[in-house]
Amino acid sequence: MIHWDEIVIFVALGLFVTGVGFAAGRWRHGDLDLIEEWGLAGRRFGTIVTWFLLGGDLYTAYTFVAVPALVFGSGALGLFALPYTIIVYPLVFLIMPRLWQVARNRGYVTASDFVKDRFDSRTLALLIALTGILATMPYIALQILGIAVVIQALGINIEAALIIAFLVLAVFTYVSGLRAPALIAIVKDTMIWITVIAAIVVIPAKLGGFGAVFAAVPVAKLTLPPSLFAGYSTLALGSALALFLYPHAVTGTFASKSQHVIKRNAAFLPAYSFLLGLIALLGYMAIAAGIKPVAPYGANSVVPQLFQFAFPSWFAGFALAAIAIGALVPASIMSIAAANLFCRNIYREYIRPDVTPREEAQVAKIASLVVKVGAVGFILIPGLTQYAITLQLAGGAWILQTLPAVFLALYVPWLGGRHGERHVLARCQWFQQLPDRLSDRRRGWDEAVHRLRRVRPQHRGGGGLERDRTDGGGDAGGARAERRGLRAAAVPGQQRIGRESRASGDGLI
Amino acid sequence: MGRRRWVALVLVIPFIAVLWPPFYAALQPEWQGIPYFIWYQFLWAIISAALTVAVYRVQDGGESR
Repeated sequence: MIHWDEIVIFVALGLFVTGVGFAAGRWRHGDLDLIEEWGLAGRRFGTIVTWFLLGGDLYTAYTFVAVPALVFGSGALGLFALPYTIIVYPLVFLIMPRLWQVARNRGYVTASDFVKDRFDSRTLALLIALTGILATMPYIALQILGIAVVIQALGINIEAALIIAFLVLAVFTYVSGLRAPALIAIVKDTMIWITVIAAIVVIPAKLGGFGAVFAAVPVAKLTLPPSLFAGYSTLALGSALALFLYPHAVTGTFASKSQHVIKRNAAFLPAYSFLLGLIALLGYMAIAAGIKPVAPYGANSVVPQLFQFAFPSWFAGFALAAIAIGALVPASIMSIAAANLFCRNIYREYIRPDVTPREEAQVAKIASLVVKVGAVGFILIPGLTQYAITLQLAGGAWILQTLPAVFLALYVPWLGGRHGERHVLARCQWFQQLPDRLSDRRRGWDEAVHRLRRVRPQHRGGGGLERDRTDGGGDAGGARAERRGLRAAAVPGQQRIGRESRASGDGLI
Repeated sequence: MGRRRWVALVLVIPFIAVLWPPFYAALQPEWQGIPYFIWYQFLWAIISAALTVAVYRVQDGGESR
């Protein structure tokens, strides 16, 4: 059955938003043929726009389709999204301003830029870039799936819905770059707020109040059995740690104009967490309303159906458009971010080092299309889309692998790399000098060293620090320190590196 | 910048509160028919939002952007 009245509203809103998108291309004049302009909007976004941009990153088809679907199907486990969003902003508050500052000082556009410089390793940077692109694809797939599920609810067959969802996203992103999602995010969030407020007022009222909703849900779905405790909290923690490693979150952060903008956003974005929780409860409301999932994407279809069940058709059209646009905007941001990564850290690094800025922007636009095609590939993998959230979890598990190289490296100075070497060296020397400092006061030290030395061969395989500590005070240790000193003096670049890492260290403060 | 860094430690509280399900994986006490498991987490969404705003105000509030 095709819902024509809903389709009319849906298409009208879609056209309006697309119009905003095209207008956005001309917003705050910038040359869209340059990648910093197309992909980072010239790093000029203030608090308000960044708010909508980062809010747009998180409140997606994940929120509207995937989480309620999991709550509908599995009950309390799906509510892990709530602790996830509760802890994600404190993390952002603590970590991202620092990353932004480093990126600003050294002109980084992607996390991979940072890794390349920090570890002085093109290979690691390439792996970070590839991981970012790969992990983004299933997340975009989730958005496309969300749009397709909504279009299907309008009465259009699912294959056509999938194609429409893909085309709209592709054209939209290709034309306007990051400016379009930022401006549209404002429209989108307004629509989402209206929809959510209507949903949490109208739907429980229709079902007899929140009490009645929870009374209608099987008790087993209302709380967590002990066997799921570990899964619940690790899902929340893992998702929270992963979110701001995604290329699109990094892009959104780098596009803001100061640390304060980021901190202010991290302080005020938690206001959204409550909203997300309410949306998750739509899964329970769908159970109470007796919604039946439809093929082929099962539980993922319950929220659009719930809206059609509870709202008059004109408002159902509005609400469905809100979900679809709410998926479109982040998908667009994600594909731009993945394209940025490809362009800077793979194309320019390995394929054409002398690429012109104009060609770079062109390549990024094409890459963003390719990423979307990859995303559709994920949708077509059977089994992955039973619960759409699987797509997001897969992406999260992959991107989480970059955490040590990106976040830890920001805080742990001696973690590998050329900057790291200096710190490890300093630390080793400190340990080597330690016995000298102590021997004046402690006569027993030599004996202790000898005792340690006797067990040294067993420590051979251990960490460098451990080994140097046991060497300390002995002739071997001294000789080694001397060799180190000579080597340091013999490398002409050493002085320069030292200064450079000090400079970047200043940036960290 | 870097002023009153220790204040940020307050942000650890929400982690403890929500990452340890034994604290809240229960149906009782209900509030207005809403199970404890659910209202506890919504309550922490509010508390956590208040804490981040408070830390921001203490650390950065006085400075212009």
